[in-house]
Amino acid sequence: MALEESHVRRAAHLARLAVSDDQASGFVEDLSRILDMVDQLQSLDTEGVKPLAHPLDATQRLRADEVTESNQRDTFQRCAPAVENGLYLVPRVVE
Amino acid sequence: MYEKTLTQLAAALKSGEFSSRELTAHYLQRIEKADGKLNSFISVTAEQALKHAEIADNARAAGTAGPLAGIPLALKDIFCTRDVKTSCGSKMLDNFIAPYNATVVEKLNAAGTISLGKTNMDEFAMGSSNENSYYGPVKNPWDLTAVPGGSSGGSAAAVAAGLIPAAMGTDTGGSIRQPAAFCGITGLKPTYGRVSRFGIIAYASSLDQAGPMARSAEDCAHLLGVIAGHDGRDSTSVTRGVPDYVENLNAPLSGLKIGLPKEYFGDGLDPDVEKAVREAVKVYESLGATVREVSLPHTHYAIPAYYVIAPAEASSNLSRYDGVRFGYRCDNPSDLIDLYTRSRAEGFGEEVKRRILIGTHTLSEGFFDAYYTKAQKVRRLIRQDFLDAFEDVDVLMGPASPTPAFDLGAKKDPVSMYLQDIYTIAVNLAGIPGISVPAGFSNGRPVGLQILGTHFAEAQLLNVAHQFQQATDWHLQRPAFAEEYA
Repeated sequence: MALEESHVRRAAHLARLAVSDDQASGFVEDLSRILDMVDQLQSLDTEGVKPLAHPLDATQRLRADEVTESNQRDTFQRCAPAVENGLYLVPRVVE
Repeated sequence: MYEKTLTQLAAALKSGEFSSRELTAHYLQRIEKADGKLNSFISVTAEQALKHAEIADNARAAGTAGPLAGIPLALKDIFCTRDVKTSCGSKMLDNFIAPYNATVVEKLNAAGTISLGKTNMDEFAMGSSNENSYYGPVKNPWDLTAVPGGSSGGSAAAVAAGLIPAAMGTDTGGSIRQPAAFCGITGLKPTYGRVSRFGIIAYASSLDQAGPMARSAEDCAHLLGVIAGHDGRDSTSVTRGVPDYVENLNAPLSGLKIGLPKEYFGDGLDPDVEKAVREAVKVYESLGATVREVSLPHTHYAIPAYYVIAPAEASSNLSRYDGVRFGYRCDNPSDLIDLYTRSRAEGFGEEVKRRILIGTHTLSEGFFDAYYTKAQKVRRLIRQDFLDAFEDVDVLMGPASPTPAFDLGAKKDPVSMYLQDIYTIAVNLAGIPGISVPAGFSNGRPVGLQILGTHFAEAQLLNVAHQFQQATDWHLQRPAFAEEYA
C-alpha cells in the first residue's frame, strides 16, 4: 500500500501536528520505508484468527462506584502553562 | 563501596559496615565526577537523597528498617516522581514537575530505598540507542564511542559504570533487556501486568512493563519483590500473589529443559554473539540442563506487527500533550488549532513524530483493518508460538540482540534501528517475561544472553539466571571507566 503525501497530510491533521512542506517529503520517505517493512504482514494467512488486544486476554475489572479521589485541582494546575481562577486558559475560541 | 552488588550493600548496611548516608554520598560523588562523560542522568536529587538516607539510618537504628532500606537507586525519567522533574527524555515535558508518584516509586519509597535521580532515555521510550533523547545521547561506559542501547540506556550505563547499584527501567519492545546486554548488566522485563503501570508515562499500553536493572539476578530478585503486585490504579495489573523471588534462587537446575529457537540463530547474528550464547548454553548443560532446538515460526512477523501496534497505541496516548494542561506550549499561538499543532511540532522530536504519524495513519479510515486488525491477529499467532514452545521446554535461550553495542551515529535509517530489536520485541507482544544476563564480550563490548519463560515465570527465570552467575563471573566484570573517571 503506497503512501502518498496526502496520507501524511491527513495523519498530521488528525494528530494535530504542524508539518512544513519540507518536512512532509521527509516523512513520506521515512514512513514509506516503515510501511514497506510492515507490509510483510500481508503475506501471512490469518483467516479465522481472532485479534489479540491484550497479552493475557484479560477483561476490564469493575470496582464499586465510590468516590476514591480527593479534589486536587490546585496541585494539578501548578504544572499548567496558563490558568486563571481554576480554569485553563487557551486562545479565544468563540468570537 | 561501588564494587559491591545491591545484595552485598544491603548486607553491609545491615551489619553496620557503613551508613546509608555514607553510601549515598559515595554514589553522589561518583555521579558528579563521572556523569559529565556518560550523560546517564537527567536530574540528580542529591539534597533529597541525603535527607532520605538519614531517615533510613534512623529506621535502622530503631530496628524498623526493611531489608533494602537505605539502598541508593535511580529511576528512568519515565516514572512520575512527586515534586521532581519527570521529562520522559522530551522537550515536551522539560518543564513538567510531576504532582504525584508512580506506584513503583511509592513502593520503593515504602521499602526505604533512596532515589538519587532520574536517568536519561530515548524520548517517550522510543528508540534502541538512547540517541533520541532531548538531553543528548548517553555513552556506553565500556566504550565511549558506542551507544548504551535504549530506551533505558541511562539506567544501564549508570549501573555498568558503578554510578548507582541498580536502576528502574521500562521495556515495551526490549528497552530493559537490550541496554542491559549492551552495558553488561542484568535486566528483567516481567510479565505484562506483574508491575503496576500507574504513573509510568505511557508509550504503548498493551506492551509497557517496568522492571529492575542491576548487576546480578539476585539483585533483580530483591527489587522485583518490592515493585511487583496488584494495584487498583492500574486496571491491567494482575491480582495474582507475589512469590518470594529470592528463596527460589538456589534451586538446582538438573533436568531443566532449555529450548533454543532456531529463528534466533539465523542470518544477521554476529558470530561473536552467537559464540558467547552457545558457550553460555554449555555452562547450563554442565549444570544438568538438557538442550533442544525449538521453532517460533512467526518470529519474522514480530517487528512488522509491533510497528503497527506500538505506534497506534502511542498516537492515542500522546494525544494528551496538547499544550493546555501541562507540558510545553508554543509562544504566541494565533488560535487554538495553532496552539495544538505548533506546541506538538515544537515539543516532540523526529522519532516521536514518525510514530505518531504512522499510528494515526494505520488507525485511520480505510487502513484500520489492513494494518491494525491484521497486526492484532498476527500478535495472537506470535503468542501462540511461545505457548506451544513452553509445552516442550521450561525456558528459551538466545541472544538479547543480534550485535553488541553499535557506534554512536551508526544507524541513521529508522528501519535499520527497528531491526535491532528482532529478539526482544516478540516477548512484549506475547506478554511473557524475559531477562538479559552478561555472557561475554565481543571486541570489548558486552554480549547479553536472553532467557525467556512463560507468563509469571519470573521466579524460575531469576533462578536460572542466578545459577549461571554462580558458575560464571561475566556479571561482575567492570569497565575501566568505573575506576578511571569515577
